[in-house]
Amino acid sequence: MPEMLLNVRGITKSFGETIANRSIDLSIEAGEIHALLGENGAGKSTLVKIIYGALQPDEGRISWKGSEVVIPNPAAARDLGIGMVFQHFSLFDSMTVAENIALAMPKAVPLSELSMSIEEISKSYGLPLSASSHIADLSVGERQRVEIVRCLLQNPSLIIMDEPTSVLTPQEADQLFETLERLAGEGRAILYISHRLEEVERLCQKATILRHGEFIAECDPKTETPASLARKMVGSEIHSVTASNYTFENPKTRLQINTLNHPADGPFSVALKDISMSIQSGEVFAIAGIAGNGQSELFGVLSGETPNSDNAAICLDGHPVGARGIEYRRRLEAAFVPEERLGHGAIPGLPLSENVMLTRHGNRDDKIVQAGFLSPRNAALIADRVCRLYDVRKGDPDPEARALSGGNLQKFVVGREIDHAPGVLIVSQPTWGVDAGAAALIRQALIDLARSGSAVLVISQDLDEIFELADRIAVIHDGKLSDDLSREDATREKIGLLMGGVANEKTAGASNAA
Amino acid sequence: MRLELEKRSEHSRLMTVLSPVIAICLTVIFGAILFSLLGLDPAQALFVYFIEPLTEAWSLEELVVKATPLILIACGLCVCYLSNTWNIGAEGQFTMGAITGSILPILFYDLEGPHILPLMILMGALGGMLYAAIPAFLKIRFGANEILTSLMLVYVAGLLLDWLVRGPWRDPDGFNFPESRLFSDSAVLPALADGRMHWGAVFAVVAVVLLTIFLAGTLRGFQIKVIGSAPTAGQFAGFSQKQTILFAFCLSGALAGIAGISEVSGSVGQLRPVISPGYGFTAIIVAFLGRLNPVGALFAGLLLALSYLGGEAAQVSLGVSDKTTRVFQGVLLFFVLACDTLILYRIRFGRKPAAQAVSGGANGRS
Repeated sequence: MPEMLLNVRGITKSFGETIANRSIDLSIEAGEIHALLGENGAGKSTLVKIIYGALQPDEGRISWKGSEVVIPNPAAARDLGIGMVFQHFSLFDSMTVAENIALAMPKAVPLSELSMSIEEISKSYGLPLSASSHIADLSVGERQRVEIVRCLLQNPSLIIMDEPTSVLTPQEADQLFETLERLAGEGRAILYISHRLEEVERLCQKATILRHGEFIAECDPKTETPASLARKMVGSEIHSVTASNYTFENPKTRLQINTLNHPADGPFSVALKDISMSIQSGEVFAIAGIAGNGQSELFGVLSGETPNSDNAAICLDGHPVGARGIEYRRRLEAAFVPEERLGHGAIPGLPLSENVMLTRHGNRDDKIVQAGFLSPRNAALIADRVCRLYDVRKGDPDPEARALSGGNLQKFVVGREIDHAPGVLIVSQPTWGVDAGAAALIRQALIDLARSGSAVLVISQDLDEIFELADRIAVIHDGKLSDDLSREDATREKIGLLMGGVANEKTAGASNAA
Repeated sequence: MRLELEKRSEHSRLMTVLSPVIAICLTVIFGAILFSLLGLDPAQALFVYFIEPLTEAWSLEELVVKATPLILIACGLCVCYLSNTWNIGAEGQFTMGAITGSILPILFYDLEGPHILPLMILMGALGGMLYAAIPAFLKIRFGANEILTSLMLVYVAGLLLDWLVRGPWRDPDGFNFPESRLFSDSAVLPALADGRMHWGAVFAVVAVVLLTIFLAGTLRGFQIKVIGSAPTAGQFAGFSQKQTILFAFCLSGALAGIAGISEVSGSVGQLRPVISPGYGFTAIIVAFLGRLNPVGALFAGLLLALSYLGGEAAQVSLGVSDKTTRVFQGVLLFFVLACDTLILYRIRFGRKPAAQAVSGGANGRS
């Protein structure tokens, strides 16, 4: 019987009022590839950081090879034999592979000796790598190999891999799987964090599923279908959606996207491919998807912060705006709420009244700017109105944005845009990290705005929210947008599979089986 | 006992005002220690340095003469730094403004009339502005670090001035001294009083007033603040970061250029190889000490001008090196930046935390 390597019991960790992990159990045996599954925000990273010593749990016990341990920091974790390969690499571009690895070694090792052991390890695990090449010249997949080799040099018994394939091509991923299977064959355990169900099914012997910070199930992915995994991952409770079906006479197309393509502008950015959709007045359209599949890129292109080269790719009320900037789009009655509240949607160090100016300085009716001069009074009037209507709770009459709680600031940021009755509202993660009361208020406001004749596009990772809000739902995966489903046709299963990148025809089969 | 910095939820308004005062006090304490280490009576030395220059009319005028370029330059730098653009080369833009502003009185020395001075000021502003546009362009186009490029251009401008006054612009009747010809009367800024105080001081006050209105009351001023504190939010507001960089550099360059030609025309009367005791660099301290606020820069400029005068006085009556001035200025900037921490953090005296968790390595059996 294989040795029990890691046994985690009852881990709880909270950040302020949010509970990231609520009494989570996890056990890993030697030689096993164990998947940690969950949506974004399910608490995977928190759990892993606790195991790697980067965070301390509020409650719970960790035992390692049969004896209870406290892991105060990552160095201690490495001493125990726990290694981690991060999703985003920490390598210096201008240095060679060997130099980068030397930096992470606990003791100084002569570079020539190190180079030899690097090439030895890289050869024996099928990770072709030259110790003397510069990081800048390496592909993303090769950089990941450097990280893996760096981790292997410490001879770990448990390797934690954080979404390793999220940056790889399918071919690179296949190579990685072979390496992982070889490592597992040697008796090392791998904790594999992913939300790609087909990968997990293919690679892992066991899976622990988290949802909203809670332990949901431990199961054998080989006996599950992607559909049943998806259901566990996104939750199968029946949510009472009060479907206030929209009936709108003579709806007109307010936002139209015609085969929008946008190149990726960096190794961690996603290219948008052939995105087409349209939203009518009166309608809420939601785009679901797992983070990092092109949502922020899509938001940037739609808002005009990163204009597209094709002007006709985006039309607002029939006006082509694809290549135009954000202010031009605002003048066509579009409004935007970005995912990040502080630093993007609002400026932390400025009072609310000046944060009103941020998005509304170009709006003539607001009279905030007259002949180039600001009217702080008019801005303050709007700030007060927004705070009153959207129940923004604040200590001072005009506090700095950073003094508000997340929920209150989000109500302010969303309220600021809805307040001037935009024709098209594009909002990303409208209730991310917001308490239930504020979330309900924001969602209601979005629906009311749509029913008054506007078009609302919601980009969200929260399926509960999407089912509560949307009239139609599409899924973005790897920069491509699926066909949209009406709320009646959409099931959590179908959406979950599309989010995991399982192709359309497979969806049909899986849902029949389930 | 241990000290802890605790983040405040908002800016402390009190500390925003108090931080430069604390910094000045710390600098004075530092000065006292420094003087006693040099074997001087600290009380007397500090008196000579900071009080004596304020006791006579001529030295008060001298104070204004020295403060004029500092305030003019610092006002522009306030705008620049607020937009998170780091123009370190105001000294070069000052020199370039002095050179371009001197074209008329040196090359066309027989021109006379009331239009000469306004033209000189305009050309000085243009020269400083165009020179400042170089690092702005390099940053916008190639992403070059503006701190390095603007700083290096200081030395280029200095060498150009040196070459001009030793070569083509040397006074033909000047006994081979490296100096340009003296400016004619229509090219000299009129004095404001009996002493050396000239119209440059008026320009400085006007700049303070205009920039205060600009920063507090206009959309463009708001844009500067927004881009400076949160560029992503600035983009979201529809403001162009590149345009802001160019604007900030051009504005600060123009003001440095005006300071340059005012100094040459109002105070020196000709071009020389060295026309500034480092006004462009000291103005950086002025801008920070003045909280990146033009009115603040007005007071800070007077204080730093005092450090120049005090340095000269101390050199004469105490025999300390004139480098003391630089030390004082540097230490002041150091303390200002350090005290600014208090604006967003408060100091807490805490007890030692509970004993550290036992190391994992000690417990793990492998």
